[in-house]
Amino acid sequence: MFAYFLKRLAFVLPIALAVSALCFSLVYLAPGDPLSAVLPSDASQETIEQVKADYGLDRPIPVQYVIWLGKALQGDLGKSISNGRAVAAEIGNAIGNSLMLAVLAASLGFTLGALLGIVAGYAHGSWLDRLLSTVAIAGVSVPHYWLGIVLVAVFSVKLNMLPAMGNGPGGPWVWSWEHFSYLILPAVTLSAIPAGIVMRSVRALVADTLKSEFVTGLVAKGMGHATVFRHLARNIAPTALAVVGVQLGYLMAGSILVETVFAWPGTGLLLNNAIQQRDIPLLQGTILVLAMFFVLLNLIVDMLQPLFDPRIRRS
Amino acid sequence: MSTTVSPIALPAAAAAVTPGYWSQVLRRLLRDPVSVLCLVVLAAIVCGAVFAPWLAPGDPTVGSVIKRLKPVGTPGHLLGTDELGRDMLTRLLYGGRVSLLMGTVPVALALLIGGALGMVAGFAGGRVNAVIMRATDVLFAFPSVLLAVAIAGALGAGVGNTLLALTIVLIPPILRVAESATTQVRALDFIEAARATGADDFTILRVHVFSNVIGPVFVYATSLLSVAIIMAAGLSFIGLGAKPPTPEWGLMLNTLRNALYSQPLLAALPGVLIFAVSLCFNLLADGLRSAMEVR
Repeated sequence: MFAYFLKRLAFVLPIALAVSALCFSLVYLAPGDPLSAVLPSDASQETIEQVKADYGLDRPIPVQYVIWLGKALQGDLGKSISNGRAVAAEIGNAIGNSLMLAVLAASLGFTLGALLGIVAGYAHGSWLDRLLSTVAIAGVSVPHYWLGIVLVAVFSVKLNMLPAMGNGPGGPWVWSWEHFSYLILPAVTLSAIPAGIVMRSVRALVADTLKSEFVTGLVAKGMGHATVFRHLARNIAPTALAVVGVQLGYLMAGSILVETVFAWPGTGLLLNNAIQQRDIPLLQGTILVLAMFFVLLNLIVDMLQPLFDPRIRRS
Repeated sequence: MSTTVSPIALPAAAAAVTPGYWSQVLRRLLRDPVSVLCLVVLAAIVCGAVFAPWLAPGDPTVGSVIKRLKPVGTPGHLLGTDELGRDMLTRLLYGGRVSLLMGTVPVALALLIGGALGMVAGFAGGRVNAVIMRATDVLFAFPSVLLAVAIAGALGAGVGNTLLALTIVLIPPILRVAESATTQVRALDFIEAARATGADDFTILRVHVFSNVIGPVFVYATSLLSVAIIMAAGLSFIGLGAKPPTPEWGLMLNTLRNALYSQPLLAALPGVLIFAVSLCFNLLADGLRSAMEVR
């Protein structure tokens, strides 16, 4: 068990380093010289010299990377070109909003996907199964930014029921209906893809497990539907939870499009601003944080799985 | 090159790539009503894009200030006009050119590059495999949308930059499928037999491995078309990818967002096409998978 954890950790560290190197190289990918990529065009000579010295831009690239990584580990991701604020602070303000949206969307998607998947798995091969599977394919095929626009057109413009933009008055952690109402449309929009993916995997898991010998054994012993289902759920839960855990990372990253539609003040909107303003430090910092979040999330999912699933522990 | 193929190696390859197999797949695919419907819808949209200059009633870039945001069904403008008074039907037809290109070309390029690298990694094994696969792991550590935004965001807007970004994003998944399929095939007896007859590595790779690996890799690549279409239009939607005044579905969806309150139907129209294409590609990939797995 302990060896498994160590092995995972040993695998993740080089990956994390390589991911950071890739993020570092984004500055060099941008057209023009790196200095013009990280500084506003009206920067004074003094600032230019300061940044040159800070980042060691006159030194070899590997040295620059080490300096940059050292600063990043201390929470210094440079300054935004467009407004001069620290990138790390900008991300700190935004990431809570994105996380809240992603967690809600993942829970919504998991609940919906698991329910539909169980129904479809039990009804394997029937018309109901085919209908639900088609709905799931539609769920993973829909361009979610367009789904958001359609939901706004229906629920904000036509029915005037829900707000279309922003995250409402007050801070991100104020709990009131008015505040919550701002979350509904973006969360529903974002949940379409995880719902479809969870539904498809749960459906396959249920259909497969129902055919397995232990289920036949349980039925032969005269156990009722509820008891058989409890055994079934224990078998498929770890895999289904792992699927949705990884989806959470995709949602954090993929919400850039949905956050743009709803002007939701999260990391996606930051990325969008960075793109519009050609603000490379902001782009680089946000990508780094989101990518590291994804790497860490995968590690956590991998580490938690054997705790829930003894089959992995033994293999 | 065919002189190096041994008499035993040839029939083995011929059996796998014989036109009989693919025409059988096609026949099975055409028996599935869902796949046929998807093929028809896709063919109609592709034809609309290809023959846009002859089909479109107007010019995709010329608008009229007095005819801005006319609703769907306006005489002379069947699908209305956009925020600059340009004919929507015309722009949707032309828009398919860039949107379909940005969605399909990266998949084709990734199939070529990822497929080749995956086969080499799987066939060579050892150190070559380790280097290629560890590099792939790094790209896999990024959620695909994030990697596409990172690369396209750093390079700047433009169709070429988007094509490059999407190709890089799509290579790792295809590479993994090609690698694992090759690793399985490599261990089979007929590879050993081909080697015993004196076929060199390149011949084995080109003839025996390729014909056995291309099927699953191709099917997998088709299942990525849907994601690629959504991502390509999505990048244009956030200001990467196509630049105005180019007609492109994702970009149109973005520029029409201000019209959402006055003309919601009009504003949602470009997304209908993205959805239709992505759904058809997904269903078609499913149909193709079952058509090819029967054997």
